[in-house]
Amino acid sequence: MLQSVIFYALAAGTIASAAAVAFSRNIVYSTFALLGAFMGVVGIYILLAADFVAMVQLLVYVGGILVLTIFAVMLTQGIGDVTISNRAVGSVPALVTVAIAGAVMLYAIAHTRWHQAALHAAAPTTYGIGNAFLGDYVLPFEVASLVLLAALIGAIVISRHEARE
Amino acid sequence: MSGAVGLDHYLVLSLIIFTLGMFTVLTRRNAIGILMGVELILNSANINYLAFAYYGGARYDGQIFAIFVIMLAAAEAVIGLAVVLAIYQNFRTIDVGATENLSG
Repeated sequence: MLQSVIFYALAAGTIASAAAVAFSRNIVYSTFALLGAFMGVVGIYILLAADFVAMVQLLVYVGGILVLTIFAVMLTQGIGDVTISNRAVGSVPALVTVAIAGAVMLYAIAHTRWHQAALHAAAPTTYGIGNAFLGDYVLPFEVASLVLLAALIGAIVISRHEARE
Repeated sequence: MSGAVGLDHYLVLSLIIFTLGMFTVLTRRNAIGILMGVELILNSANINYLAFAYYGGARYDGQIFAIFVIMLAAAEAVIGLAVVLAIYQNFRTIDVGATENLSG
């Protein structure tokens, strides 16, 4: 019962924030609404007994990606034209496309019998995740570090000012 | 669908966030706005992973995939925003309709 109340509160907050991201005309408002969406998703993760993933989401999304996005918004917009987050012309075709895609997926959700096992009691997951990362998933784990290194170097190379001789 | 919160509830929540993100991607002309829509879509995919991991009995596999998705989202955001800043330095705008030097 309590779980239901918490779920609906978190879901309502997340959806409201995501809707603000989608429909706000001001890009700065959208950016700060994104904070609410990410925090709501953190709560959803905790409700799904994924404590480690929730903390990773908090650190990487809220602490990293969101701050980076805010920096980009502030760097690319002058003070005067802060409201120019122009919606594209074709808002109605987008709405139709999204409605069709959503209806198809809703049909699939409603008419599929998903495999469901007995629920585990919520327990700390860091031990198992750590073992899996250094066991079955050690190759993707190492490749991931290469990807992050490449992204780091690539971002520096792309965004720096060209040196003029 | 009973009264208690089940797998379907999480799937529908993820579906709503996905459609909102897709709408953001389709309607924005601001490149940073498009990236924010992509982040929403990735979050909805992660909710799906964790919901199936929780209700399907596979305890760690879904969570590990979610962590990989978060890692790739971070890399994507870094590269995407660096590209946006580079475009802004060259064009003085980040309207994706205005950067058309390569269009025929």
